[in-house]
Amino acid sequence: MELCDLTLHEIKELFAEKEVLPSMVLASVAKRIQAQEESLGAYLALDLEAAFAAARAADHRIQAGKPLGEMDGIPFALKDNLCQTGKETTCASRILQGFVPPYTATAVQKLLDQGALIIGRTNMDEFAMGASTEHSAEKKTKNPWDPQRVPGGSSGGSAAAVAAGETIVALGSDTDGSIRQPAAFCGVTGLKPTYGLVSRYGLVSFASSFDQIGPIAKDAEDCALVLKAIAGFDPLDSTSLRGEQQVDYTKGLEQSLHGRTIGLPREYFGEDLDAEVRRIIMGAVEQLAELGARIVELSLKLSEYALPASYLISSAEASSSLARYDGIRYGRAAADRGDLATFYTQTRTEGFGPEVKRRIILGAYALSAGHYEKYYQKAQQIRTLIGQEFEEAFRCVDAIVTPTAPTPPFKLGDRLADPLALYLSNLYTVPVNLAGLPALSVPCGFVQGAPVGMQIIGGPFAEATILNIAHQYQKVTTYHQARPCGGRKGGSR
Amino acid sequence: MSVSEQELRQVAELVRLAFSEDELRVLVGEFNRILQFVAKLNAVDTTGVPPTVQGVKVKNRFRPDQVRPSLPRTEALKNAVAVKDGSFVVPQIME
Repeated sequence: MELCDLTLHEIKELFAEKEVLPSMVLASVAKRIQAQEESLGAYLALDLEAAFAAARAADHRIQAGKPLGEMDGIPFALKDNLCQTGKETTCASRILQGFVPPYTATAVQKLLDQGALIIGRTNMDEFAMGASTEHSAEKKTKNPWDPQRVPGGSSGGSAAAVAAGETIVALGSDTDGSIRQPAAFCGVTGLKPTYGLVSRYGLVSFASSFDQIGPIAKDAEDCALVLKAIAGFDPLDSTSLRGEQQVDYTKGLEQSLHGRTIGLPREYFGEDLDAEVRRIIMGAVEQLAELGARIVELSLKLSEYALPASYLISSAEASSSLARYDGIRYGRAAADRGDLATFYTQTRTEGFGPEVKRRIILGAYALSAGHYEKYYQKAQQIRTLIGQEFEEAFRCVDAIVTPTAPTPPFKLGDRLADPLALYLSNLYTVPVNLAGLPALSVPCGFVQGAPVGMQIIGGPFAEATILNIAHQYQKVTTYHQARPCGGRKGGSR
Repeated sequence: MSVSEQELRQVAELVRLAFSEDELRVLVGEFNRILQFVAKLNAVDTTGVPPTVQGVKVKNRFRPDQVRPSLPRTEALKNAVAVKDGSFVVPQIME
Protein backbone atom coordinates (compact mmCIF):
# COMPACT_ATOMS: atom_id res chain seq x y z
CA MET A 1 0.00 0.00 0.00
CA GLU A 2 1.48 3.32 -1.05
CA LEU A 3 0.46 6.84 -0.05
CA CYS A 4 -1.28 7.40 -3.38
CA ASP A 5 -3.65 4.52 -2.58
CA LEU A 6 -4.88 6.14 0.65
CA THR A 7 -8.12 8.07 1.03
CA LEU A 8 -8.39 11.80 1.59
CA HIS A 9 -9.51 11.31 5.19
CA GLU A 10 -6.63 8.93 5.92
CA ILE A 11 -4.16 11.44 4.52
CA LYS A 12 -5.68 14.28 6.53
CA GLU A 13 -5.13 12.22 9.69
CA LEU A 14 -1.51 11.58 8.75
CA PHE A 15 -1.01 15.31 8.12
CA ALA A 16 -2.54 16.11 11.50
CA GLU A 17 -0.07 13.77 13.17
CA LYS A 18 2.74 15.30 11.07
CA GLU A 19 3.69 11.75 10.03
CA VAL A 20 3.38 12.51 6.36
CA LEU A 21 3.78 15.75 4.40
CA PRO A 22 1.91 16.88 1.26
CA SER A 23 5.02 16.69 -0.93
CA MET A 24 5.43 13.02 0.09
CA VAL A 25 1.84 12.23 -0.96
CA LEU A 26 2.32 14.14 -4.19
CA ALA A 27 5.61 12.31 -4.87
CA SER A 28 3.78 9.01 -4.46
CA VAL A 29 1.03 10.15 -6.86
CA ALA A 30 3.66 11.39 -9.33
CA LYS A 31 5.49 8.07 -9.16
CA ARG A 32 2.26 6.20 -9.92
CA ILE A 33 1.57 8.54 -12.83
CA GLN A 34 5.10 7.97 -14.12
CA ALA A 35 4.60 4.21 -13.95
CA GLN A 36 1.09 3.91 -15.39
CA GLU A 37 -0.21 6.98 -17.13
CA GLU A 38 1.20 6.07 -20.51
CA SER A 39 -0.91 2.92 -20.64
CA LEU A 40 -3.91 4.25 -18.66
CA GLY A 41 -4.38 7.62 -20.41
CA ALA A 42 -6.42 9.30 -17.66
CA TYR A 43 -5.00 12.80 -18.10
CA LEU A 44 -5.10 15.34 -20.90
CA ALA A 45 -2.66 17.65 -19.14
CA LEU A 46 -0.47 17.42 -16.04
CA ASP A 47 0.88 20.32 -14.02
CA LEU A 48 3.06 18.59 -11.45
CA GLU A 49 5.64 21.35 -11.19
CA ALA A 50 3.07 23.87 -9.94
CA ALA A 51 1.55 21.20 -7.69
CA PHE A 52 4.94 20.43 -6.11
CA ALA A 53 5.53 24.13 -5.44
CA ALA A 54 2.11 24.33 -3.74
CA ALA A 55 2.85 21.09 -1.86
CA ARG A 56 6.09 22.50 -0.43
CA ALA A 57 4.19 25.54 0.83
CA ALA A 58 1.67 23.19 2.45
CA ASP A 59 4.59 21.22 3.99
CA HIS A 60 5.77 24.40 5.69
CA ARG A 61 2.31 25.17 7.03
CA ILE A 62 2.09 21.71 8.58
CA GLN A 63 5.62 21.78 9.99
CA ALA A 64 5.07 25.25 11.46
CA GLY A 65 1.78 24.14 13.00
CA LYS A 66 -0.16 26.83 11.14
CA PRO A 67 -3.93 26.54 10.65
CA LEU A 68 -4.69 24.32 7.66
CA GLY A 69 -7.37 24.52 4.97
CA GLU A 70 -9.87 21.66 4.74
CA MET A 71 -8.18 20.40 1.57
CA ASP A 72 -4.67 21.51 2.45
CA GLY A 73 -2.00 19.61 0.51
CA ILE A 74 -4.47 17.17 -1.08
CA PRO A 75 -3.88 16.29 -4.77
CA PHE A 76 -6.95 16.85 -6.97
CA ALA A 77 -7.60 16.12 -10.64
CA LEU A 78 -10.11 18.19 -12.60
CA LYS A 79 -12.30 17.04 -15.46
CA ASP A 80 -11.30 19.06 -18.50
CA ASN A 81 -14.59 20.98 -18.60
CA LEU A 82 -13.83 22.91 -15.40
CA CYS A 83 -12.22 26.29 -16.05
CA GLN A 84 -9.13 27.38 -14.20
CA THR A 85 -7.41 30.69 -14.92
CA GLY A 86 -4.39 30.21 -17.14
CA LYS A 87 -4.92 26.44 -17.69
CA GLU A 88 -5.95 25.24 -21.12
CA THR A 89 -9.51 23.87 -20.92
CA THR A 90 -10.58 21.85 -23.97
CA CYS A 91 -13.53 19.58 -22.97
CA ALA A 92 -11.52 17.02 -24.99
CA SER A 93 -12.71 18.83 -28.12
CA ARG A 94 -10.73 20.15 -31.06
CA ILE A 95 -12.88 23.27 -31.08
CA LEU A 96 -11.53 24.40 -27.70
CA GLN A 97 -7.89 23.62 -28.47
CA GLY A 98 -5.77 26.44 -27.09
CA PHE A 99 -8.60 27.97 -25.01
CA VAL A 100 -7.12 29.40 -21.82
CA PRO A 101 -9.88 30.58 -19.46
CA PRO A 102 -9.53 34.05 -17.94
CA TYR A 103 -11.46 32.90 -14.84
CA THR A 104 -11.75 29.97 -12.45
CA ALA A 105 -14.83 27.84 -11.77
CA THR A 106 -16.33 28.53 -8.32
CA ALA A 107 -16.01 24.88 -7.24
CA VAL A 108 -12.33 24.87 -8.26
CA GLN A 109 -11.70 28.22 -6.54
CA LYS A 110 -13.20 26.85 -3.34
CA LEU A 111 -10.79 23.90 -3.46
CA LEU A 112 -7.82 26.20 -4.12
CA ASP A 113 -8.90 28.49 -1.28
CA GLN A 114 -8.83 25.46 1.03
CA GLY A 115 -5.32 24.50 0.01
CA ALA A 116 -5.93 21.80 -2.64
CA LEU A 117 -3.17 20.94 -5.11
CA ILE A 118 -4.51 20.75 -8.68
CA ILE A 119 -2.29 18.25 -10.46
CA GLY A 120 -3.91 17.96 -13.85
CA ARG A 121 -6.89 17.81 -16.17
CA THR A 122 -8.58 14.54 -16.98
CA ASN A 123 -9.85 12.98 -20.18
CA MET A 124 -13.58 12.91 -20.95
CA ASP A 125 -16.05 12.38 -23.74
CA GLU A 126 -16.07 15.50 -25.90
CA PHE A 127 -18.24 18.13 -24.14
CA ALA A 128 -19.26 15.34 -21.70
CA MET A 129 -21.37 13.62 -24.37
CA GLY A 130 -20.83 9.90 -24.03
CA ALA A 131 -20.59 7.05 -21.56
CA SER A 132 -17.17 5.52 -22.28
CA THR A 133 -14.67 8.42 -22.74
CA GLU A 134 -14.12 6.98 -26.23
CA HIS A 135 -15.62 10.16 -27.70
CA SER A 136 -12.64 12.22 -26.53
CA ALA A 137 -11.03 13.93 -29.51
CA GLU A 138 -7.66 13.42 -27.83
CA LYS A 139 -7.31 9.78 -26.76
CA LYS A 140 -8.91 6.72 -25.20
CA THR A 141 -8.69 6.08 -21.45
CA LYS A 142 -8.45 2.46 -20.28
CA ASN A 143 -10.26 0.89 -17.36
CA PRO A 144 -7.61 0.51 -14.62
CA TRP A 145 -8.98 -2.95 -13.73
CA ASP A 146 -8.85 -4.28 -17.28
CA PRO A 147 -7.20 -2.43 -20.19
CA GLN A 148 -9.59 -4.11 -22.63
CA ARG A 149 -12.55 -2.34 -21.04
CA VAL A 150 -13.78 1.27 -21.02
CA PRO A 151 -13.57 3.37 -17.83
CA GLY A 152 -17.12 4.62 -18.39
CA GLY A 153 -17.90 8.23 -19.06
CA SER A 154 -18.05 10.99 -19.54
CA SER A 155 -15.86 11.59 -16.45
CA GLY A 156 -13.83 8.47 -17.33
CA GLY A 157 -10.44 10.14 -16.87
CA SER A 158 -11.33 11.37 -13.37
CA ALA A 159 -12.66 7.96 -12.27
CA ALA A 160 -9.71 6.05 -13.75
CA ALA A 161 -7.18 8.44 -12.15
CA VAL A 162 -8.75 8.02 -8.68
CA ALA A 163 -8.96 4.22 -8.99
CA ALA A 164 -5.37 3.90 -10.19
CA GLY A 165 -3.89 6.16 -7.50
CA GLU A 166 -2.96 8.81 -10.05
CA THR A 167 -4.69 11.35 -7.80
CA ILE A 168 -6.29 11.23 -4.36
CA VAL A 169 -9.61 12.76 -5.43
CA ALA A 170 -11.13 14.27 -8.56
CA LEU A 171 -14.00 16.44 -9.67
CA GLY A 172 -16.33 15.30 -12.42
CA SER A 173 -19.62 16.52 -13.85
CA ASP A 174 -22.87 14.61 -14.28
CA THR A 175 -25.53 15.40 -16.90
CA ASP A 176 -26.94 11.90 -17.46
CA GLY A 177 -24.75 9.71 -15.27
CA SER A 178 -21.28 11.00 -16.07
CA ILE A 179 -20.01 10.84 -12.46
CA ARG A 180 -21.84 7.74 -11.24
CA GLN A 181 -21.42 5.40 -14.22
CA PRO A 182 -17.61 5.84 -14.55
CA ALA A 183 -17.32 5.61 -10.74
CA ALA A 184 -19.14 2.26 -10.95
CA PHE A 185 -17.00 1.05 -13.87
CA CYS A 186 -13.74 2.00 -12.13
CA GLY A 187 -14.66 0.73 -8.65
CA VAL A 188 -14.70 4.12 -6.91
CA THR A 189 -17.33 6.26 -5.18
CA GLY A 190 -18.91 9.15 -7.09
CA LEU A 191 -21.58 11.63 -6.02
CA LYS A 192 -23.88 13.75 -8.16
CA PRO A 193 -25.34 16.44 -5.89
CA THR A 194 -28.83 17.96 -6.02
CA TYR A 195 -29.13 20.33 -8.97
CA GLY A 196 -28.27 23.81 -7.71
CA LEU A 197 -26.20 22.71 -4.70
CA VAL A 198 -22.79 23.19 -6.34
CA SER A 199 -22.25 26.29 -8.48
CA ARG A 200 -21.94 25.62 -12.21
CA TYR A 201 -20.01 28.87 -12.75
CA GLY A 202 -16.96 27.96 -14.81
CA LEU A 203 -18.27 24.53 -15.81
CA VAL A 204 -18.47 24.45 -19.60
CA SER A 205 -22.15 23.91 -20.43
CA PHE A 206 -23.48 20.76 -22.05
CA ALA A 207 -27.14 20.71 -20.92
CA SER A 208 -27.56 23.49 -18.39
CA SER A 209 -30.71 22.21 -16.67
CA PHE A 210 -28.96 18.91 -15.83
CA ASP A 211 -25.21 19.64 -15.46
CA GLN A 212 -23.88 19.33 -11.93
CA ILE A 213 -20.33 19.13 -10.52
CA GLY A 214 -19.47 16.46 -7.96
CA PRO A 215 -16.67 14.46 -6.35
CA ILE A 216 -15.16 11.16 -7.46
CA ALA A 217 -13.23 9.60 -4.59
CA LYS A 218 -12.22 6.35 -2.94
CA ASP A 219 -15.07 6.23 -0.45
CA ALA A 220 -18.22 7.95 0.79
CA GLU A 221 -16.41 9.75 3.61
CA ASP A 222 -14.11 11.41 1.05
CA CYS A 223 -17.12 12.41 -1.06
CA ALA A 224 -18.68 14.00 2.04
CA LEU A 225 -15.52 16.01 2.71
CA VAL A 226 -15.21 17.23 -0.88
CA LEU A 227 -18.93 18.05 -1.14
CA LYS A 228 -18.68 20.15 2.01
CA ALA A 229 -15.77 22.00 0.40
CA ILE A 230 -17.49 22.82 -2.92
CA ALA A 231 -21.21 23.21 -2.07
CA GLY A 232 -22.97 26.48 -1.40
CA PHE A 233 -24.81 29.43 -2.90
CA ASP A 234 -22.98 31.38 -5.60
CA PRO A 235 -24.35 34.66 -7.00
CA LEU A 236 -22.43 33.93 -10.21
CA ASP A 237 -24.75 30.97 -11.01
CA SER A 238 -28.41 31.99 -11.36
CA THR A 239 -29.52 28.39 -10.72
CA SER A 240 -27.45 28.08 -7.57
CA LEU A 241 -29.73 27.54 -4.59
CA ARG A 242 -29.64 29.50 -1.39
CA GLY A 243 -29.14 26.79 1.21
CA GLU A 244 -30.03 27.11 4.87
CA GLN A 245 -26.48 27.09 6.17
CA GLN A 246 -23.30 25.34 5.30
CA VAL A 247 -23.90 21.64 5.90
CA ASP A 248 -21.26 19.35 7.34
CA TYR A 249 -21.91 16.21 5.31
CA THR A 250 -19.51 14.19 7.48
CA LYS A 251 -21.62 14.63 10.63
CA GLY A 252 -24.36 12.11 9.88
CA LEU A 253 -22.08 9.40 8.47
CA GLU A 254 -21.97 7.31 11.64
CA GLN A 255 -25.74 7.21 12.14
CA SER A 256 -27.21 3.70 12.31
CA LEU A 257 -29.40 2.50 9.46
CA HIS A 258 -32.06 1.28 11.92
CA GLY A 259 -35.23 3.16 11.12
CA ARG A 260 -34.17 3.95 7.56
CA THR A 261 -36.44 2.77 4.77
CA ILE A 262 -34.88 1.92 1.43
CA GLY A 263 -36.92 1.39 -1.71
CA LEU A 264 -36.11 -1.01 -4.55
CA PRO A 265 -37.87 0.08 -7.75
CA ARG A 266 -38.80 -3.05 -9.70
CA GLU A 267 -38.38 -1.25 -13.05
CA TYR A 268 -34.62 -1.10 -12.38
CA PHE A 269 -34.37 -4.86 -12.04
CA GLY A 270 -36.01 -5.84 -15.34
CA GLU A 271 -34.72 -7.68 -18.37
CA ASP A 272 -32.15 -4.99 -19.24
CA LEU A 273 -30.19 -5.89 -16.14
CA ASP A 274 -27.22 -8.26 -16.45
CA ALA A 275 -27.82 -11.37 -14.30
CA GLU A 276 -24.46 -11.18 -12.52
CA VAL A 277 -24.92 -7.47 -11.75
CA ARG A 278 -28.37 -8.27 -10.35
CA ARG A 279 -26.95 -10.98 -8.08
CA ILE A 280 -24.31 -8.57 -6.76
CA ILE A 281 -26.78 -5.72 -6.16
CA MET A 282 -29.19 -8.04 -4.35
CA GLY A 283 -26.30 -9.17 -2.15
CA ALA A 284 -25.57 -5.54 -1.31
CA VAL A 285 -29.24 -4.93 -0.53
CA GLU A 286 -29.19 -7.88 1.87
CA GLN A 287 -26.28 -6.28 3.63
CA LEU A 288 -28.20 -3.00 3.97
CA ALA A 289 -31.03 -5.01 5.53
CA GLU A 290 -28.59 -6.62 7.97
CA LEU A 291 -27.44 -3.12 8.92
CA GLY A 292 -31.00 -2.43 10.03
CA ALA A 293 -32.57 -0.75 7.01
CA ARG A 294 -36.11 -1.73 6.12
CA ILE A 295 -36.24 -2.75 2.46
CA VAL A 296 -39.47 -2.17 0.54
CA GLU A 297 -40.31 -2.79 -3.08
CA LEU A 298 -41.75 0.10 -5.03
CA SER A 299 -42.61 1.06 -8.55
CA LEU A 300 -41.36 3.95 -10.68
CA LYS A 301 -43.51 3.23 -13.70
CA LEU A 302 -42.21 6.02 -15.90
CA SER A 303 -38.56 4.95 -15.64
CA GLU A 304 -38.47 3.54 -19.16
CA TYR A 305 -39.31 6.98 -20.56
CA ALA A 306 -36.46 8.75 -18.79
CA LEU A 307 -33.80 7.85 -21.34
CA PRO A 308 -35.61 9.05 -24.48
CA ALA A 309 -36.88 12.18 -22.67
CA SER A 310 -33.42 13.07 -21.43
CA TYR A 311 -31.84 12.33 -24.82
CA LEU A 312 -34.16 14.89 -26.43
CA ILE A 313 -33.94 17.57 -23.74
CA SER A 314 -30.18 17.37 -23.23
CA SER A 315 -29.58 17.42 -26.99
CA ALA A 316 -31.89 20.42 -27.37
CA GLU A 317 -30.04 22.26 -24.62
CA ALA A 318 -26.70 21.26 -26.14
CA SER A 319 -27.65 22.57 -29.57
CA SER A 320 -28.27 25.90 -27.89
CA SER A 321 -25.26 25.83 -25.50
CA LEU A 322 -22.84 24.90 -28.24
CA ALA A 323 -24.04 27.62 -30.61
CA ARG A 324 -21.44 29.86 -28.97
CA TYR A 325 -18.56 28.07 -30.70
CA ASP A 326 -18.18 30.28 -33.73
CA GLY A 327 -14.40 30.72 -33.91
CA ILE A 328 -14.63 34.45 -33.27
CA ARG A 329 -14.15 35.02 -29.54
CA TYR A 330 -12.31 31.88 -28.45
CA GLY A 331 -11.46 28.38 -29.53
CA ARG A 332 -10.24 27.00 -32.79
CA ALA A 333 -11.16 28.90 -35.95
CA ALA A 334 -11.24 27.85 -39.59
CA ALA A 335 -8.31 29.16 -41.62
CA ASP A 336 -10.47 30.83 -44.26
CA ARG A 337 -12.22 33.90 -42.86
CA GLY A 338 -13.94 34.85 -46.12
CA ASP A 339 -17.72 34.63 -45.99
CA LEU A 340 -19.30 34.60 -42.48
CA ALA A 341 -21.59 31.58 -42.92
CA THR A 342 -18.84 29.53 -44.54
CA PHE A 343 -16.43 30.51 -41.78
CA TYR A 344 -18.88 29.42 -39.06
CA THR A 345 -19.67 26.18 -40.86
CA GLN A 346 -16.01 25.30 -41.45
CA THR A 347 -15.02 26.18 -37.89
CA ARG A 348 -17.77 23.99 -36.42
CA THR A 349 -17.50 21.13 -38.88
CA GLU A 350 -13.74 20.82 -38.28
CA GLY A 351 -14.02 21.45 -34.55
CA PHE A 352 -16.75 19.08 -33.33
CA GLY A 353 -16.58 15.27 -33.27
CA PRO A 354 -19.31 12.96 -34.60
CA GLU A 355 -21.20 12.41 -31.32
CA VAL A 356 -21.38 16.15 -30.60
CA LYS A 357 -22.58 16.86 -34.14
CA ARG A 358 -25.25 14.17 -33.85
CA ARG A 359 -26.61 15.68 -30.64
CA ILE A 360 -26.57 19.25 -31.98
CA ILE A 361 -28.56 18.11 -35.02
CA LEU A 362 -30.98 16.05 -32.92
CA GLY A 363 -31.48 18.95 -30.52
CA ALA A 364 -32.06 21.48 -33.28
CA TYR A 365 -34.47 19.05 -34.96
CA ALA A 366 -36.43 18.51 -31.72
CA LEU A 367 -36.71 22.28 -31.22
CA SER A 368 -37.64 23.14 -34.80
CA ALA A 369 -41.07 24.30 -35.92
CA GLY A 370 -43.38 21.34 -36.46
CA HIS A 371 -41.36 19.08 -34.12
CA TYR A 372 -41.21 21.15 -30.96
CA GLU A 373 -44.52 19.95 -29.44
CA LYS A 374 -44.02 16.36 -30.48
CA TYR A 375 -40.48 15.99 -29.15
CA TYR A 376 -39.14 18.75 -26.92
CA GLN A 377 -42.34 19.74 -25.16
CA LYS A 378 -43.50 16.14 -24.79
CA ALA A 379 -40.18 15.24 -23.19
CA GLN A 380 -40.42 18.20 -20.78
CA GLN A 381 -43.95 17.12 -19.77
CA ILE A 382 -42.71 13.62 -19.07
CA ARG A 383 -39.88 15.15 -17.09
CA THR A 384 -42.51 16.79 -14.86
CA LEU A 385 -44.25 13.44 -14.35
CA ILE A 386 -40.97 11.65 -13.55
CA GLY A 387 -40.19 14.33 -10.96
CA GLN A 388 -43.64 13.82 -9.39
CA GLU A 389 -43.16 10.06 -9.34
CA PHE A 390 -39.92 10.42 -7.38
CA GLU A 391 -41.58 12.95 -5.07
CA GLU A 392 -44.29 10.44 -4.22
CA ALA A 393 -41.75 7.66 -3.70
CA PHE A 394 -39.77 9.78 -1.26
CA ARG A 395 -42.87 10.21 0.90
CA CYS A 396 -42.50 6.51 1.75
CA VAL A 397 -38.74 5.88 1.64
CA ASP A 398 -35.54 7.64 2.74
CA ALA A 399 -33.54 6.43 -0.24
CA ILE A 400 -33.82 4.34 -3.37
CA VAL A 401 -31.26 1.70 -4.27
CA THR A 402 -30.63 0.47 -7.82
CA PRO A 403 -27.77 -0.83 -9.95
CA THR A 404 -25.70 2.11 -11.27
CA ALA A 405 -25.36 0.58 -14.74
CA PRO A 406 -27.16 -2.39 -16.33
CA THR A 407 -23.90 -4.17 -17.20
CA PRO A 408 -20.29 -4.41 -16.04
CA PRO A 409 -17.83 -2.17 -17.94
CA PHE A 410 -17.96 -3.12 -21.61
CA LYS A 411 -15.06 -3.63 -23.99
CA LEU A 412 -13.41 -0.71 -25.80
CA GLY A 413 -14.97 -0.26 -29.22
CA ASP A 414 -17.97 -2.49 -28.44
CA ARG A 415 -20.60 0.25 -28.44
CA LEU A 416 -18.91 2.89 -30.53
CA ALA A 417 -20.81 2.12 -33.73
CA ASP A 418 -24.28 2.43 -32.20
CA PRO A 419 -25.10 5.71 -30.41
CA LEU A 420 -28.18 4.21 -28.75
CA ALA A 421 -26.33 1.20 -27.35
CA LEU A 422 -23.86 3.56 -25.71
CA TYR A 423 -26.65 5.68 -24.31
CA LEU A 424 -28.36 2.64 -22.77
CA SER A 425 -25.50 2.51 -20.30
CA ASN A 426 -27.17 5.52 -18.61
CA LEU A 427 -30.53 3.73 -18.27
CA TYR A 428 -30.49 3.77 -14.45
CA THR A 429 -28.61 7.02 -13.88
CA VAL A 430 -30.54 9.40 -16.11
CA PRO A 431 -33.93 9.56 -14.27
CA VAL A 432 -32.13 11.23 -11.36
CA ASN A 433 -30.90 14.06 -13.60
CA LEU A 434 -34.40 14.68 -14.94
CA ALA A 435 -35.64 15.10 -11.36
CA GLY A 436 -32.59 17.07 -10.18
CA LEU A 437 -32.00 14.62 -7.30
CA PRO A 438 -28.76 13.64 -5.55
CA ALA A 439 -27.38 10.14 -6.12
CA LEU A 440 -24.12 8.32 -5.64
CA SER A 441 -22.47 5.11 -6.75
CA VAL A 442 -20.54 2.80 -4.41
CA PRO A 443 -18.50 -0.26 -5.41
CA CYS A 444 -20.28 -3.46 -4.36
CA GLY A 445 -18.62 -6.36 -6.18
CA PHE A 446 -16.85 -7.65 -9.26
CA VAL A 447 -17.83 -9.55 -12.40
CA GLN A 448 -14.83 -11.30 -13.94
CA GLY A 449 -12.49 -8.86 -12.23
CA ALA A 450 -14.42 -5.76 -13.34
CA PRO A 451 -16.16 -3.56 -10.74
CA VAL A 452 -19.91 -3.18 -10.26
CA GLY A 453 -21.55 -0.17 -8.60
CA MET A 454 -24.71 0.28 -6.55
CA GLN A 455 -26.62 3.54 -6.93
CA ILE A 456 -28.19 5.22 -3.90
CA ILE A 457 -30.68 7.97 -4.73
CA GLY A 458 -31.95 10.57 -2.26
CA GLY A 459 -34.67 13.21 -2.17
CA PRO A 460 -33.76 16.84 -2.87
CA PHE A 461 -30.82 17.93 -0.63
CA ALA A 462 -30.71 14.52 1.06
CA GLU A 463 -26.97 14.14 0.35
CA ALA A 464 -26.35 13.50 4.05
CA THR A 465 -28.80 10.56 3.98
CA ILE A 466 -27.30 8.80 0.96
CA LEU A 467 -23.76 9.42 2.20
CA ASN A 468 -24.74 7.91 5.55
CA ILE A 469 -26.12 4.77 3.87
CA ALA A 470 -23.05 4.49 1.62
CA HIS A 471 -20.67 4.95 4.56
CA GLN A 472 -22.45 2.36 6.72
CA TYR A 473 -22.31 -0.07 3.79
CA GLN A 474 -18.60 0.62 3.33
CA LYS A 475 -17.97 -0.03 7.01
CA VAL A 476 -19.03 -3.66 6.56
CA THR A 477 -17.56 -4.22 3.10
CA THR A 478 -14.12 -3.79 1.56
CA TYR A 479 -14.90 -3.44 -2.17
CA HIS A 480 -14.02 0.26 -1.95
CA GLN A 481 -10.62 -0.66 -0.51
CA ALA A 482 -9.69 -2.90 -3.43
CA ARG A 483 -7.13 -1.26 -5.72
CA PRO A 484 -6.39 -2.30 -9.29
CA CYS A 485 -2.67 -1.63 -8.89
CA GLY A 486 -1.31 -4.29 -6.56
CA GLY A 487 -3.48 -3.21 -3.64
CA ARG A 488 -5.97 -5.04 -1.45
CA LYS A 489 -8.70 -7.31 -2.72
CA GLY A 490 -12.26 -6.34 -2.03
CA GLY A 491 -14.96 -8.33 -0.32
CA SER A 492 -17.43 -8.52 2.45
CA ARG A 493 -16.11 -8.34 6.00
CA MET B 1 -42.04 9.13 -38.34
CA SER B 2 -38.85 9.20 -40.33
CA VAL B 3 -36.53 11.90 -41.54
CA SER B 4 -35.19 12.53 -45.04
CA GLU B 5 -31.71 13.56 -46.16
CA GLN B 6 -33.19 16.84 -47.31
CA GLU B 7 -34.67 17.59 -43.87
CA LEU B 8 -31.42 16.85 -42.08
CA ARG B 9 -29.48 18.95 -44.54
CA GLN B 10 -31.74 21.89 -43.66
CA VAL B 11 -31.24 21.37 -39.92
CA ALA B 12 -27.48 21.05 -40.46
CA GLU B 13 -27.46 24.35 -42.27
CA LEU B 14 -29.28 26.01 -39.36
CA VAL B 15 -26.67 24.84 -36.87
CA ARG B 16 -23.79 25.57 -39.25
CA LEU B 17 -22.53 22.05 -39.76
CA ALA B 18 -21.58 20.48 -43.08
CA PHE B 19 -21.85 16.79 -43.94
CA SER B 20 -20.64 14.88 -46.95
CA GLU B 21 -23.14 12.74 -48.88
CA ASP B 22 -21.80 9.60 -47.19
CA GLU B 23 -21.88 11.13 -43.73
CA LEU B 24 -25.43 12.32 -44.27
CA ARG B 25 -26.58 8.87 -45.37
CA VAL B 26 -25.17 7.34 -42.16
CA LEU B 27 -26.69 10.15 -40.09
CA VAL B 28 -30.16 9.59 -41.57
CA GLY B 29 -29.98 5.92 -40.61
CA GLU B 30 -28.88 6.71 -37.05
CA PHE B 31 -31.43 9.47 -36.81
CA ASN B 32 -34.31 7.24 -37.77
CA ARG B 33 -33.30 4.69 -35.17
CA ILE B 34 -33.13 7.50 -32.58
CA LEU B 35 -36.57 8.83 -33.61
CA GLN B 36 -37.97 5.33 -33.30
CA PHE B 37 -36.46 5.08 -29.84
CA VAL B 38 -37.89 8.41 -28.64
CA ALA B 39 -41.29 7.66 -30.21
CA LYS B 40 -42.11 5.52 -27.16
CA LEU B 41 -42.80 8.82 -25.34
CA ASN B 42 -46.09 8.95 -27.23
CA ALA B 43 -47.36 6.12 -25.04
CA VAL B 44 -47.54 8.49 -22.06
CA ASP B 45 -50.67 10.59 -21.66
CA THR B 46 -49.45 14.11 -20.91
CA THR B 47 -52.75 15.93 -21.31
CA GLY B 48 -52.74 18.96 -19.05
CA VAL B 49 -49.25 18.25 -17.69
CA PRO B 50 -47.13 21.40 -17.49
CA PRO B 51 -43.71 20.99 -19.08
CA THR B 52 -40.65 21.41 -16.86
CA VAL B 53 -39.12 24.69 -17.93
CA GLN B 54 -36.06 24.79 -15.73
CA GLY B 55 -34.00 22.66 -13.40
CA VAL B 56 -34.85 24.35 -10.10
CA LYS B 57 -38.00 25.67 -8.50
CA VAL B 58 -36.82 29.25 -8.06
CA LYS B 59 -38.46 32.36 -9.42
CA ASN B 60 -36.59 35.11 -11.21
CA ARG B 61 -33.70 36.28 -9.12
CA PHE B 62 -33.10 40.01 -9.13
CA ARG B 63 -30.06 41.97 -8.06
CA PRO B 64 -29.46 45.69 -7.75
CA ASP B 65 -28.40 47.27 -11.05
CA GLN B 66 -24.97 48.31 -9.87
CA VAL B 67 -21.71 48.69 -11.73
CA ARG B 68 -19.36 45.93 -10.68
CA PRO B 69 -15.85 45.06 -11.76
CA SER B 70 -15.81 42.81 -14.82
CA LEU B 71 -13.19 40.99 -16.85
CA PRO B 72 -10.58 43.45 -18.18
CA ARG B 73 -10.91 43.93 -21.94
CA THR B 74 -7.44 42.54 -22.62
CA GLU B 75 -8.37 39.34 -20.78
CA ALA B 76 -11.68 39.01 -22.62
CA LEU B 77 -9.92 39.37 -25.98
CA LYS B 78 -7.00 37.09 -25.17
CA ASN B 79 -8.50 33.95 -26.73
CA ALA B 80 -9.66 35.52 -29.98
CA VAL B 81 -7.94 34.64 -33.23
CA ALA B 82 -8.18 38.19 -34.59
CA VAL B 83 -8.27 41.40 -32.53
CA LYS B 84 -8.04 45.03 -33.61
CA ASP B 85 -8.24 48.27 -31.60
CA GLY B 86 -9.54 46.48 -28.52
CA SER B 87 -12.30 44.64 -30.40
CA PHE B 88 -12.97 41.21 -31.92
CA VAL B 89 -12.46 41.10 -35.68
CA VAL B 90 -15.35 39.35 -37.45
CA PRO B 91 -15.73 38.42 -41.10
CA GLN B 92 -17.41 41.14 -43.16
CA ILE B 93 -21.20 40.79 -43.43
CA MET B 94 -22.03 43.89 -45.47
CA GLU B 95 -20.61 45.31 -48.67
